[in-house]
Amino acid sequence: MKRMLAILVEDRPGVLTRVSGLFSRRGYNIQNIAVGRTMEPGISRMTVTVEADPLTVEQIVKQLNKLVNVLKVSDMTDEPSVGRELMLVKVKAEPGRRSEIQQMAATFRAKIIDLSPDSMIIEVTGDEQKLQAFLMMMQEFGIKEIASTGKISLLRGSKITRDAKALS
Amino acid sequence: MRLTGAQMVLACLEAENVEVIFGFPGGAVLTLYDEIFKKGIRHILTRHEQGAAHAADGYARASGKPGVVIATSGPGATNLVTGIATAYMDSIPIVAITGQVATPLIGTDAFQEADITGITMPITKHNYLVKDINELPYVLKEAFHVACTGRKGPVLIDLPKDLQVQEGEFAYPAQVEMSTYRPTYEGHTGQITRAANAIKKAKRPLLYTGGGVISSGAHEELLELSRRVSIPVTTTLTGMGGVPCDYDFFLGMPGMHGTYAANNAINESDLLIAVGVRFDDRVTGKLETFAPQAQIIHIDIDPAEIGKNVVAHIPIVGDVRLVLKELLKRLQSAETHDTREWCAKVLEWKTAKPLRYRQEPGSCLKPQFVIEELYRLTRGEAIVTTDVGQHQMWAAQYYRVKRPRALISSGGLGTMGFGFPAAIGAQMAFPEKQVICIAGDGSFQMNSQELATAVCYNIPVKVAIINNQYLGMVRQWQKFFYGGRYAHSSLAGSPDFVKLAEAYGARGFRVTRPEETAAAIDTALNTPGPVVIDFQVDPEENVLPMVAPNTSIVEMIGGE
Repeated sequence: MKRMLAILVEDRPGVLTRVSGLFSRRGYNIQNIAVGRTMEPGISRMTVTVEADPLTVEQIVKQLNKLVNVLKVSDMTDEPSVGRELMLVKVKAEPGRRSEIQQMAATFRAKIIDLSPDSMIIEVTGDEQKLQAFLMMMQEFGIKEIASTGKISLLRGSKITRDAKALS
Repeated sequence: MRLTGAQMVLACLEAENVEVIFGFPGGAVLTLYDEIFKKGIRHILTRHEQGAAHAADGYARASGKPGVVIATSGPGATNLVTGIATAYMDSIPIVAITGQVATPLIGTDAFQEADITGITMPITKHNYLVKDINELPYVLKEAFHVACTGRKGPVLIDLPKDLQVQEGEFAYPAQVEMSTYRPTYEGHTGQITRAANAIKKAKRPLLYTGGGVISSGAHEELLELSRRVSIPVTTTLTGMGGVPCDYDFFLGMPGMHGTYAANNAINESDLLIAVGVRFDDRVTGKLETFAPQAQIIHIDIDPAEIGKNVVAHIPIVGDVRLVLKELLKRLQSAETHDTREWCAKVLEWKTAKPLRYRQEPGSCLKPQFVIEELYRLTRGEAIVTTDVGQHQMWAAQYYRVKRPRALISSGGLGTMGFGFPAAIGAQMAFPEKQVICIAGDGSFQMNSQELATAVCYNIPVKVAIINNQYLGMVRQWQKFFYGGRYAHSSLAGSPDFVKLAEAYGARGFRVTRPEETAAAIDTALNTPGPVVIDFQVDPEENVLPMVAPNTSIVEMIGGE
């Protein structure tokens, strides 16, 4: 079963290694990981997708909580949340096919952010399904390279993963 | 107050009341050692960094206080790794301070550079690479705090050479405030009440207790609980001494080399009260067949241990001692269920199927007999450390310790070479007590260089080598499970241990016959300074009973 964990960590050297090292040495499989800033200076947020049964996920959460630099771990899977991934796609684009690509990108609300005589880079955001669909459409033009951020997400509504005041 | 990094370390050790440190100097800790020299803090120079790490561990296990070990960068630091991993697996508080190459050189593959924080990440509770002198006072305070609180464990501080010289403002923090680290001590009151009710209803309760009882100092509460409600007790290797081994309701060790009574009690119990244990595979055997009839109460300070290997019906996260105290408040003997029938049955197993061996007079010396004689002649009062293997199991079976912190053994990691340096550490904690290392001929050779340490500081550890000229436990497995093909488990050609001891300036004795045993032990115990006794025992003796790996613990070879 796929689970999505939000992990708030102290932004210190080696923290990513501590977290990813824990996953690898205990045999947990990370499918996706995204790390970035939060509102609070010194605190980073990791969004990790793992494939594991409920007991293993419980153990992962407990083990993560034992890491001294980890502030909070929440399993967001069963909570209403929005998740997005950003992807950059470099496709072959001969002059004759550019408008076709442009139209398709517009349908996906994707943006063209670079253009060269025979290729373009398209920026697209969305959930996994949308990105998959977009990639499928681009395949007929020839995808040269892609880069993606990994999924980040927030709970819907006013609820937050962590009360900022709890930190002080 | 302005201090250099090295001075800060010494000021911290003073503030933490550290009375002795174990270590080995080198290029990246010269400044620190210069400060050690000036301050005159008690320092034990071992002959190998691994010895220093195990000695700090032995000190911590014997005293309950954190052990401190210092090593230089690179190979000095990597030589600590086995010692740190040993402490980590058994949740022993040690603080390891390693030198590191100067900060501008970090990452350049400089001379004697090793990424020791990276290397020890999975075997420390936490570790630090200090790059800013202003952080050092907090790091030092935090390191001791983290090592000694919650589920205890080793913490490593990597201190670059230039920071040891650099000056900074020093005020040792009185307290630690860590928003990311707050262990739970008080158990959930509702859960404790549920546990108490389950105990009242239980017909066949059993206490299965481990290192957590020793670590939290819960032995009195444990004994009280067992007595008040009449619950038999089985303790793991690291939990030995949680109740006195001569206590009526003590069943011995459970698991792979557990007693018939302990394993059968687990099998038939309807309520297993697991206290400060982690359901290790050496205890449980095949998990699906472990305690099949029992409801499980699991008390542990580490939430991650609960539900890791077995499902706990009543989980309680908290300090074992505090939880047991609360539990006792809810259990008055009058209202508890009568467990007399169950106790009678269990004690019948204990009497009918005790641990046994046969020492024929005038014939080959039996290892179990040697340990029983050690027990008898020290009146069970010694602090015993062990190495790992057959002799370790025999020590746990036959040296029936009466108090916590009296049997010191590498349980989780199973580190050969642990016992002798750990004995040196334990002796440093208790200079007046009798400390005996029960070693194997294989294990002893993994750290025998520490004889020099024992002789130099006149540390009067007595080493009893159970010399069967094999890696005995390996041989036993080869005999039982590998068709008797003894692949490289013979240690024929080992040195003459008496001469080895003498070469280091220690005393050495040899015993080959049962009737010489008592006199030799007596002489050794009355000889000042370190002594090695080479007990040449039956090479083919096996540790029994034995449960084959991943089978039910009631399927005991030699349990009948």
